[in-house]
Amino acid sequence: MLAEFPDPETLMHACAKVRDAGFTCWDAHTPFPVHGLDKAMGLKRSMVSAFVLILGLSGAAAGMLLQYWTSALAYPIVISGKPFFSWPAFVPIMFECGVLGGAIGAVLGMLLLGGLPRHHHALFNSEAFSRVSDDAFFISIEAQDPKYDAETTHAFLDGIGAQAIEKVMED
Amino acid sequence: MEHHVTLDSQQITLPTSGLWPKLPAVGGVIGVVGLGLAFLLQGEDPQRLAFSYLTGFMFWVTIALGGLFFVILHYLARSGWSVVVRRLAEKVAATLPLFAILFLPIPLLFMHDLFHWSDAAAVAHDPLLQHKAPYLNIAFFNLRAVIYFAVWIGLMIYFNRASQKQDASADFGITARLNKRSAPCMILFGLTLNFAAVDWMMTLDPHWFSTIFGVYTFAGCVIAIFATLILMSLRLQRRGVLEGVVTGEHYHDMGKMLFGFVVFWAYIGFSQFMLIWYANIPEETIWFDHRWHNGWQPVSILLAVGHFAIPFFWLISQPAKRSRFAMTAGALWLLFMHYVDIYWLVMPTPVPSGDHHAMVAQAFQPAATDIACWLGIGGLFVAYLGHLLGQGSLVPKADPRLAESLTFESV
Repeated sequence: MLAEFPDPETLMHACAKVRDAGFTCWDAHTPFPVHGLDKAMGLKRSMVSAFVLILGLSGAAAGMLLQYWTSALAYPIVISGKPFFSWPAFVPIMFECGVLGGAIGAVLGMLLLGGLPRHHHALFNSEAFSRVSDDAFFISIEAQDPKYDAETTHAFLDGIGAQAIEKVMED
Repeated sequence: MEHHVTLDSQQITLPTSGLWPKLPAVGGVIGVVGLGLAFLLQGEDPQRLAFSYLTGFMFWVTIALGGLFFVILHYLARSGWSVVVRRLAEKVAATLPLFAILFLPIPLLFMHDLFHWSDAAAVAHDPLLQHKAPYLNIAFFNLRAVIYFAVWIGLMIYFNRASQKQDASADFGITARLNKRSAPCMILFGLTLNFAAVDWMMTLDPHWFSTIFGVYTFAGCVIAIFATLILMSLRLQRRGVLEGVVTGEHYHDMGKMLFGFVVFWAYIGFSQFMLIWYANIPEETIWFDHRWHNGWQPVSILLAVGHFAIPFFWLISQPAKRSRFAMTAGALWLLFMHYVDIYWLVMPTPVPSGDHHAMVAQAFQPAATDIACWLGIGGLFVAYLGHLLGQGSLVPKADPRLAESLTFESV
């Protein structure tokens, strides 16, 4: 069920009410980032940073291991009289690999946690929803939500300031 | 979104109870006793006092210089979020005239103890020092110090006056003008800081040079000021001042800057080390050699671990940057590590020793004068800072971007 709201402020208040009503399968859609919306929606802190840290550290470790293997095991060549495993020389590449790993972690984490890539969503069947990237603000509540009921949810959304409400079908 | 905000005077003036109003007296006593003790304790070793004094001086002056940097950067970046803490940084920078006075003992008393190049007899036997003499001579050294302090104090007065004028006039033109002028001011600041770092710390070993030395010192300045701002705001808030003004969002951002510059410091420090280690030229590696022997090895390792690895993991998470305890501990620890860093730069300097006056690097041997000088200069700094904090508002209350800063959200 898709409800349209006139401005970010009403949307924010509406989100807080949807959150307090105990819905779980729902989302808010805006044309631009709205500060404080995540709190109003009761979202927890994103786990993307954990992906970044873990993949960043793994990248750094992999960079170090690769250099250790090439310089000390596979092709042990003496360079300017330094030991084969000269770790200070490996740090810049280790750093770069760490940055690369962190960046990949950020993108992968964002995709995984956001359920992407995804080529279609039922909401795109709605004509009104095409304005979400322009000037409209929406809340969508999924039918699979345990608290969802066609009539009461409609009345609920109406009661929290929705401008227009429509049912969007899967096909 | 420009609209006028009014803050309670209790929110933005120094508390009248507790330690804050007593800072000038307490700091003054500590300062005088500390410096007095330093001179009494020097005993047989006046040279040690010179190095202790320089270490203490550099530790505290880098905080004040960091304050000046923060203010110029605020305008250069046309920053909005940092309005609420800018006045604190302005007050820290306003202690620079005190440091101009505290600098005096260095050329007047400690010149020959500190700077080998200032000894005419040594220069006469040293072709390299003769070659550097057009730059490294006492008259030019003093002239440069005058220029540095003139530039710093001039910049500080320029920015602070304009900011205080805005408290009364609420004129947006002042912000616009400072935004525009901040770029040449930043260039001036960068050049003077760089040369001052070279003059006052790098030329302790006049044969050695590193082109990144000034940047390294600068990284320390920035860490020091962010740690200081975090601690000052947190302590003031315990008295209810700045409550609702400096929020978790600001601590989050200051924490990010602190974290970022911890990494920057490590990046610069390692860049300096790696190039010298890789090229392996004796005249360059000797500097690190001095910092790896005679008891300095643990200090070098402590710097790598304590100035980088520990704060890196301590400050990396979002909840840590918003936790009062984590930020207090992190800021205090980094100020301590900043002192270790300065100590590590200044102390292992070769000085003439023994009967033949051979140049031998000083061993790691903490002395009572180290603490006395740190306390003495710090006491005077805190006293003067306390006096300045008591004057006027602690927040630029009519800044056109104050409303933006108050409602700032860090993401």
